[in-house]
Amino acid sequence: MPAIDRGLRRLRLWLWAVVALVASALAAATLGLWPRGVDGGDDPAADYASTFGGPFSLVDPQGRRVTDATLKGKPFALFFGFTHCPDVCPTTLQSMARLRRKLGADGDRFNIVFVSVDPERDTPAEIGTYLSMFDTPIIGLTGTPAELARIVEAYHVYYQRVPIEGGDYVVDHTATVFLMDAQGRFFSTLAYEEGETARLAKLRRLVQR
Amino acid sequence: MKTRFILAAAAFVAAAPALAQVSVDGAWLRETAPGARTGAGYGLVVNAGSAEDRLLGGSTPVAARLEVHSMTMDGGIMRMRPVTGGLAIPAGGRVALKPGGYHLMLIGLKQPLRRGTMVPVTLDFARAGLLKLSLRVESIDHGRESPHAGH
Repeated sequence: MPAIDRGLRRLRLWLWAVVALVASALAAATLGLWPRGVDGGDDPAADYASTFGGPFSLVDPQGRRVTDATLKGKPFALFFGFTHCPDVCPTTLQSMARLRRKLGADGDRFNIVFVSVDPERDTPAEIGTYLSMFDTPIIGLTGTPAELARIVEAYHVYYQRVPIEGGDYVVDHTATVFLMDAQGRFFSTLAYEEGETARLAKLRRLVQR
Repeated sequence: MKTRFILAAAAFVAAAPALAQVSVDGAWLRETAPGARTGAGYGLVVNAGSAEDRLLGGSTPVAARLEVHSMTMDGGIMRMRPVTGGLAIPAGGRVALKPGGYHLMLIGLKQPLRRGTMVPVTLDFARAGLLKLSLRVESIDHGRESPHAGH
């Protein structure tokens, strides 16, 4: 009897050893992968991220030219949309306003930029009126189709005019918020589905780096 | 006289259940910027009837058209589309019109939707017919599912 007991105990110990070995191997693999992603190096994801952003030249509601150089010196959160968009655009911009408030004193340390991808309907002045609805300053930009094509390409953004009944149309568009650092380099994104806690944490890292 | 009364009563009885079958709980419109030409409305459409109904669209004096639209998010790309053939509301079921999903789309706004005001909206159902509502205009934040909902 005691012999069998001892045997079972030895087997159990041995099994736990296997579990521990597998777990530490997994942990090592995971940890081994992490720093490579963060440091960039030969990580394809980091290489891809570095392709977001780049030169652009658009106009603000006052008719002033705003370029990537104008925005340098402060991180910014960039969102593409159109003023006739009744749901995701106001919701996202209001969420940005709310997050800025939650950052407290750090709230001023980044710009919120809205680029309209509906140049046919959204004049700079109309974009200004639209943005006045949000209780925080938002830089509203648009440009000629060629100027917009440049920024859309720089950020790998998708937009497509879709006709609906009555001669009207809606615009399908990328609803991701791009977080760019003070040098205009890609930092991260905020997804529409992402919770506000996660969004706030990312913004905090953006402004405090 | 008596016949007419009976007919009227019969018509009333016939019409009443149809009217009572579909309702919209907690309906609201989102405030818009001055000069905005589109708006959105939401609410929980409840079908207490024993047959499927369809929300076809509707009308409101504040906009040229009122349609039911869907919103989908696919790989970070937002798409809005009119719901063709009406939005099915299953028998004894409910369908939520909410931010990030189905919504009432007010096209060609004649005036901005101002927070706190009430706006008449008539919804058109395939079976239940017209449902007259008065919708309150709420803040942009309204209806967020987060515990920090816009207060």
